[in-house]
Amino acid sequence: MKRTMLSVTAALALSATAAAAQEEVHVYNWSDYIDESLLKKFEDETGIKLVYDVFDSNELLETKMLAGGSGYDVVVPTGTFLQRQIAAGSFQKLDKSKLPNLKNMWDVIQKRTDTYDPNGDYSINYMWGTTGIGINVDKVKEALGDDAPVNSLALVFDPKNMEKLASCGVMFLDAPTEMVPAALTYLGLNPDAHDKDSLDKAEKALEAVRPYIQKFNSSEYINALANGDICVAFGWSGDVLQARDRAAEADNGVKVEYNIPKEGALMWFDQMAVPVDAPNPDGAMKFLNFIMDAHNAAAASNYVYYANGNKASQQYLNDDVIGDPAIYPDQETLDHLYTVTPFDAKDQRNLTRMWTKVKSGT
Amino acid sequence: MLRRLTLILIPYLWLLALFLVPFLIVVKISLSDVALARPPYMPQLDLAAGLSGLKDFFSQLDLENFWFLTSDDLYWKAYLSSLKIAAFSTLITLLVGFPISYAMASARSEWRPTLMMLVILPFWTSFLIRVYSWMGILSQNGLLNSFLLWTGLIHEPLTILNTPTAVYIGIVYTYLPFMILPIYATLEKLDISLLEAAEDLGCSRLTAFWLVTVPLSKPGIIAGCFLVFIPALGEFVIPSLLGGSRTLMIGKVLWEEFFNNRDWPVASAVAVVLLLILIIPIILFQRNEQKNREAGQ
Repeated sequence: MKRTMLSVTAALALSATAAAAQEEVHVYNWSDYIDESLLKKFEDETGIKLVYDVFDSNELLETKMLAGGSGYDVVVPTGTFLQRQIAAGSFQKLDKSKLPNLKNMWDVIQKRTDTYDPNGDYSINYMWGTTGIGINVDKVKEALGDDAPVNSLALVFDPKNMEKLASCGVMFLDAPTEMVPAALTYLGLNPDAHDKDSLDKAEKALEAVRPYIQKFNSSEYINALANGDICVAFGWSGDVLQARDRAAEADNGVKVEYNIPKEGALMWFDQMAVPVDAPNPDGAMKFLNFIMDAHNAAAASNYVYYANGNKASQQYLNDDVIGDPAIYPDQETLDHLYTVTPFDAKDQRNLTRMWTKVKSGT
Repeated sequence: MLRRLTLILIPYLWLLALFLVPFLIVVKISLSDVALARPPYMPQLDLAAGLSGLKDFFSQLDLENFWFLTSDDLYWKAYLSSLKIAAFSTLITLLVGFPISYAMASARSEWRPTLMMLVILPFWTSFLIRVYSWMGILSQNGLLNSFLLWTGLIHEPLTILNTPTAVYIGIVYTYLPFMILPIYATLEKLDISLLEAAEDLGCSRLTAFWLVTVPLSKPGIIAGCFLVFIPALGEFVIPSLLGGSRTLMIGKVLWEEFFNNRDWPVASAVAVVLLLILIIPIILFQRNEQKNREAGQ
């Protein structure tokens, strides 16, 4: 979050000094989600001024897309959100003639993202990953013993475990679309269920562990895990792995680990798309093509510890990225990963209401 | 005559353009229905369709969203909780702010500009960054806890961040200057001879303060309380950064309607009700004041 603030300030400072006549591309991406030297590289290669802003929730982005006039040329919604925003008419079709690097993309991922955006008419995959459990290895073992179920949803949904973990700190994502499928999976139900009955069951499961959760937040857990302020975070794969790296860099004795729950985990796809009213769609295509370059995609993944949908980039990935089953899962784990579909307005209201109830007790 | 009219017209135009028109747009959205579109509500006003289009547009508006607010106790609880937090913070701000204003007004006159400067100085740093720094001060491993542990006053770090206490600290800290400045302005103009007269007539200093200073600074106190209470009621940034998820405030509910549910019509209805909650007491209050003034004459 601190880095987020810094990069926002930096982006603002950059944009303020930009000459009016110079061509600009405005990119709106997730916080802590790129190797920032790539931004400089793009500017050097194309001569286009890159204005880079960040966000930390799909909801924030979606509201900007639905309001229109965001001023951004490239945005990065997650698959389910993308699908709904396409339906609302928020995006323009990509001009594939300007995207020669599409040849680098990975058909396996393309097939999965077709659910949200058939044929990739509106978007390209930037990163994909899983939602799972990040732990501070030593503290969790201290609380639960050596046979702590670190790769099971029982770690965070069994109140007996959570009671013992509460004192060292547990954070959950503040995103019902991530946490509810996990609760449903723990209960052995369909993770993609939208009906009231299933949501009620998920609510009970979440409320049972609610007293032991320190905070619901979707970005603070990176630093909190790395500093040792918390011992468990239910979060996004790459974020936890970035926390692992920051702890290692700080050499503070904190050992962070990411595990994909054995019961199954949510697989998500962050897609780059171009708003229908983008001021510079041409520049947007240049940026997308730049990102799909094998070297650049590899550099981004090596930095953020997320897998990308770029087949050609795989030969340039570091061993601790391509070789880590937490990032590029093996076939067996892959079979356990599930995807979810968007909520319609009525179900979404039930979901949000239930989430407020879980969080605030009202 | 014409000049006077223009002078009166300017503030009215200002209010019309920057308050009434936006408010009417919000009212309009609150009467619409949610839709998967851009922007995500309907009906849209289509001026090209002429009079029949206009008629069509108005026939589609209804009060459904306001009824919806009564169907779920979340909204009332959030309004009440916000009112409570805003009222308490205003009270604390007054208790902290009044002595500061009093001290400033009683300071030697060459000191006053410096003191005034010190009150305004925090505004030179962004509000967001100042609230953010409180996270660093109040957190488990933060400055306050480290200091208290070091002094030996406590042996376990206190949990302050993510509790209502942190929200009160944030609000009082942020809005304190808005309380100090209007009170200081009235106290500074206070005629010292009135206090001397009160003491000559047998008042103790404390009674003189209570019977003379406080009533005369009432306009400043009222202005300060409004300036703190109104923004605190709709406050969103402070509770979301410093408060835990159990601190229910209407600003957060509004955010969720708007961002999570994408339900702009219900979000607008929440905002309209919030405005009514604010405006009705203010109008009643002003009417009462006016009556008192007329009775005084």
